[in-house]
Amino acid sequence: MDSTGPTPGTHHPGLAPAQPEPVVTVCGLVKRYGSHDAVKGIDLEVRRGEIFAFLGPNGAGKTTTVEILEGFRQRTDGEIAVLGADPATAGRAWRDRVGVVLQESEPEPGLSVRECLALYAGFYQAPRDIDETISLVGLTGKAGALASRLSGGQRRRLDFALALIGDPELIFLDEPTTGFDPSARRAAWEVVAGLRQLGKTIFLTTHYMDEAEYLADRIAVLSAGRIVAEGTPRTLGGRDHMTTAISFTLPAGLAARDLPEGLRPLAEPGPGGLTVLHSESPLVHLQMLSNWALSRGFDLPGLDVHRPTLEEVYLSLTSSTPAKD
Amino acid sequence: MIRMAAHLFGYDLRAFIRNRQAQFFTLALPVLFLVILASLFGGHGHTTPVPGGQVSISVAYVPGIMTLGIIAACFGNLVASVTAQRERGVLKRRRATPVPAAAVIAGRVLTAVVIAVTMAAVLLGIGWGAYSVHVPGRTALALAVTVVVGAASFCCLGYALASLVHNEDAALPATQAILLPLYFISGVFVAVSVLPHWLAGVGDVFPVRHLRDALLAAYNPHTTGLGFAGRDLLIVAAWGAAGLLIALRKFSWLPLGR
Repeated sequence: MDSTGPTPGTHHPGLAPAQPEPVVTVCGLVKRYGSHDAVKGIDLEVRRGEIFAFLGPNGAGKTTTVEILEGFRQRTDGEIAVLGADPATAGRAWRDRVGVVLQESEPEPGLSVRECLALYAGFYQAPRDIDETISLVGLTGKAGALASRLSGGQRRRLDFALALIGDPELIFLDEPTTGFDPSARRAAWEVVAGLRQLGKTIFLTTHYMDEAEYLADRIAVLSAGRIVAEGTPRTLGGRDHMTTAISFTLPAGLAARDLPEGLRPLAEPGPGGLTVLHSESPLVHLQMLSNWALSRGFDLPGLDVHRPTLEEVYLSLTSSTPAKD
Repeated sequence: MIRMAAHLFGYDLRAFIRNRQAQFFTLALPVLFLVILASLFGGHGHTTPVPGGQVSISVAYVPGIMTLGIIAACFGNLVASVTAQRERGVLKRRRATPVPAAAVIAGRVLTAVVIAVTMAAVLLGIGWGAYSVHVPGRTALALAVTVVVGAASFCCLGYALASLVHNEDAALPATQAILLPLYFISGVFVAVSVLPHWLAGVGDVFPVRHLRDALLAAYNPHTTGLGFAGRDLLIVAAWGAAGLLIALRKFSWLPLGR
């Protein structure tokens, strides 16, 4: 493997330790079907040990991109390197280091969970222990059950186990929890969080905001074939700079003009007689508000502090078609 | 590659053994056909002409049903299972691993050939036990070679047809629509000698008839020499080669029907 990663931070002595090397690098990726551009020139980089989420609505080009990175589809244009190789031409040694959970695939229906894993273990040079992998995904009680008899959530966990059995460095998860009930999703998230402990690099696609927020170190939002925003779950789309809404009901007889001086300009009337403060420093403003209320001996019914959810950020990012050209 | 093919073979065979539809069409049906046809038409003194003389009808059915057994394993079952594996994403999932493509195909072909050889042996055993015919040691090699050439050729044809069927539900009807008429005009269910001339001529084009004739040549107690039906085997193999060409051009690892 070539080590194109940055050398230890000689140029930036004050910064955190050098970032790990990139595992996935995409530059100007384009995929055209006939006259339709499914992917319209995207750039991204995923570093070793990172959980990277590719977030976007259905049809945004997530699966197209991820299947190009997995080597299943040919790109129209652009440069990509996955584990230092071009997936379109990479061979068996490369596949040995990559695990995938495909969006629509079925494990071997005629085999039991343990047999599926034993079959796949035979494909790899240095597979993980089969029973340990079954236990990692929480299927120990189902090890002898036929894959075709598993529930949707259990089958997906078997998909996870098959992706892990070769002990890959990089794992692609394409919409791993679509169609799950909430408890099955939680269970799948725990498995992915467990992969982080193993130091794996994970490339995840999802259209669930909460999934990206819970799992990802970094998120790129894809809309109509373009990346419209990129950042950590906290900073995505300028979320960290957005105001927090502090809303409450004032006691009868008091109005917004009776608030302390520092809060008055932030106040606006809200729905249902609520008063809403749009705050950029919610902690300071909450203290001022509570000191004011407590010193006067009254409560503030309906007090609510609302930071913009990732979902609100995401919807604002994907609702309008970006005007970039 | 060979180690991986053998590894896959073990699991493909296990999956086959657990599949009830495959069990019925591939294992039970040929035995049923042999027993029913031989009981219906193979009473005492009923004979049919074969090259070199006459044999009892029940004896003549053995190579015919052996043909059916080989084709059921290598063509019918293979088309159904390969199409289903492709459409459900099983093949795509396997392609995301380091396993070589050739090993996946070789493992599946080996499964079909082993099932075909087993079925041929079972039918031979029934012929020997129930209808007291046994293969002369002289032609045993020819019989084994014919079974294997037939099995391999029909596997190639199976991969060709699987590449053309886009929907797993269509696989079984497609194979039966092709095979049933061919069985009737190829000496499997009824003797070719009772067919109208033109119908026998149609059957003569296709490999079913030639596999059946080659098996009969090796099985027929009147056969002199080693029992190799060279021309029939060549025609079967040529069909197999044509199937292989189509499969190589059209075979897909990814679902086609979505």
